Amino acid sequence: MTADVRWAIAWMRDTAAKIAEHKAELTTLDREIGDGDHGENLNRGFTALLAKLDELPSEPATVGEVFKLAATTLMSTVGGASGPLYGTAFLRAAKAADTPELTPADVVAVIESALGGLVLRGKAAVGEKTMIDAWTPALEAAKAAEAAGSDAGEVLRAAADAAAQGALDTIPLKATKGRASYLGDRSMGHKDPGAASTALILESAAYTVN
Amino acid sequence: MKKLINDPNDVLAQTVQGFTRAHEDIVAAHDNPVFISRATPTPAGKVALVSGGGSGHEPLHGGFVGDGMLDAAVPGAMFTSPTPDQIEAAIKHADSGAGVLTIVKNYTGDVMNFEMAVELAEADDIAVKSVLVNDDVAVENSTWTAGRRGVAGTVLVEKIAGAAAARGDSLDEVARIAQKVADNVRSMGVALSACTVPHAGVPSFDLADDEIEIGIGIHGEPGRERVKLKSANEITDLLLKAVTEDLGITGGEDALLFVNGMGGTPASELYIVYGHARDLLEGDGVKVTRSLVGNYVTSLEMQGASITVLRLDQELTELWDAPVHTAALHW
Repeated sequence: MTADVRWAIAWMRDTAAKIAEHKAELTTLDREIGDGDHGENLNRGFTALLAKLDELPSEPATVGEVFKLAATTLMSTVGGASGPLYGTAFLRAAKAADTPELTPADVVAVIESALGGLVLRGKAAVGEKTMIDAWTPALEAAKAAEAAGSDAGEVLRAAADAAAQGALDTIPLKATKGRASYLGDRSMGHKDPGAASTALILESAAYTVN
Repeated sequence: MKKLINDPNDVLAQTVQGFTRAHEDIVAAHDNPVFISRATPTPAGKVALVSGGGSGHEPLHGGFVGDGMLDAAVPGAMFTSPTPDQIEAAIKHADSGAGVLTIVKNYTGDVMNFEMAVELAEADDIAVKSVLVNDDVAVENSTWTAGRRGVAGTVLVEKIAGAAAARGDSLDEVARIAQKVADNVRSMGVALSACTVPHAGVPSFDLADDEIEIGIGIHGEPGRERVKLKSANEITDLLLKAVTEDLGITGGEDALLFVNGMGGTPASELYIVYGHARDLLEGDGVKVTRSLVGNYVTSLEMQGASITVLRLDQELTELWDAPVHTAALHW
């Protein structure tokens, strides 16, 4: 499979399934250092997205259109901080994906744009124990893979693996942004739920393309 | 989990529906997207006040919609901030042409969603100003945290700014007064037990039978320190000291003392806390000229309370005393 419109739809559908499957796990992570609603909120958003995908009258012309649908749906259904964050990320990604099929360089641009949107909306930097800590290594790995001549699927796989590692690497960090920051030192020793959901989403992107 | 609910997914809709029907002379419910407005339109030329946030803090915010306070309230899912489209719809509905003040509690999600909604409303040529409430002294206000949380002090901002809007003040003036209240109010809370979000089904955190959590927020998130249970007076000493030191209130000044219940604490216990807090303030020479005691900013069924002190002057006192007619606050 190539990183085309059908892939984008498959990615969103698989993400919905993965979020539903890991809903309790995400909520448990969030319960430890946040307010315990991350799994529930994302599940509500991606379930709504599934319904929107079912209602599509015809196949969208570009990958970006699929991302835009994801953005507007997540923004109006997720709430919390993750709604505007993922909404902004997909909206930015959509602008970088105005094409029927992503080249390896487009994949890098999509991840870079998503990360740019997250930084703008969340005002967080690397090392603050947020989803940025999964997206940033994902972008670096994607860039390296693209430079090494990988195809779109391989670039996505590299990004997904780096995001998973990035999420694990949030465990010892002390949160300085978001609700976990209220815990100070007590936030250390827990995986950041936003980084964990980012790892799931990017894993899904790589899984569906290969 | 033992709760008086039907389906966890229906809690918000059924709460809004029951609430707005019980108070149909004051408020009205709107669907798709969900928000609560006054039963009658915002009076022409009056600055509109819109607030909102996650549900589970009732009567905040819907209970404060009505004459002399809010024009619309936007409830999100349980403990989850509302979405930009909801907030934008409430802003558009509430605006009568004189502009809109949004009152936002300083939580990352609330701030981001309101920020996006305000951008959308401004694109439609509605004048919007926002005030951020961050009265919780339990959180260090530094670059190392998301900043202080907005908690019970929000009610005082909404009441006083609402009175300013009701008497016909301009958007700039209402915003100035709201900011003045926000600048002069401090709070801190304690939890004796956690609360359970209906769709989570398990308590938001674990607290042993003999433990309390000092510096609790209102979304079921843990506070800054966990200690063994103490007497009401000892807990009050701790909370009030943190509040007054941060506020820097001194002898001779007037204050509003607000003891807020988190939802599961009986009024009797709130009055025990109030009595001792008042003794302490008066011992320092602070004159408690206005008071409020009750469950106004709750955290579902959590046992606990927060203490809020607002520094009063003549302007704020007059606005506090102005008539208000909402479901939860009226005089």
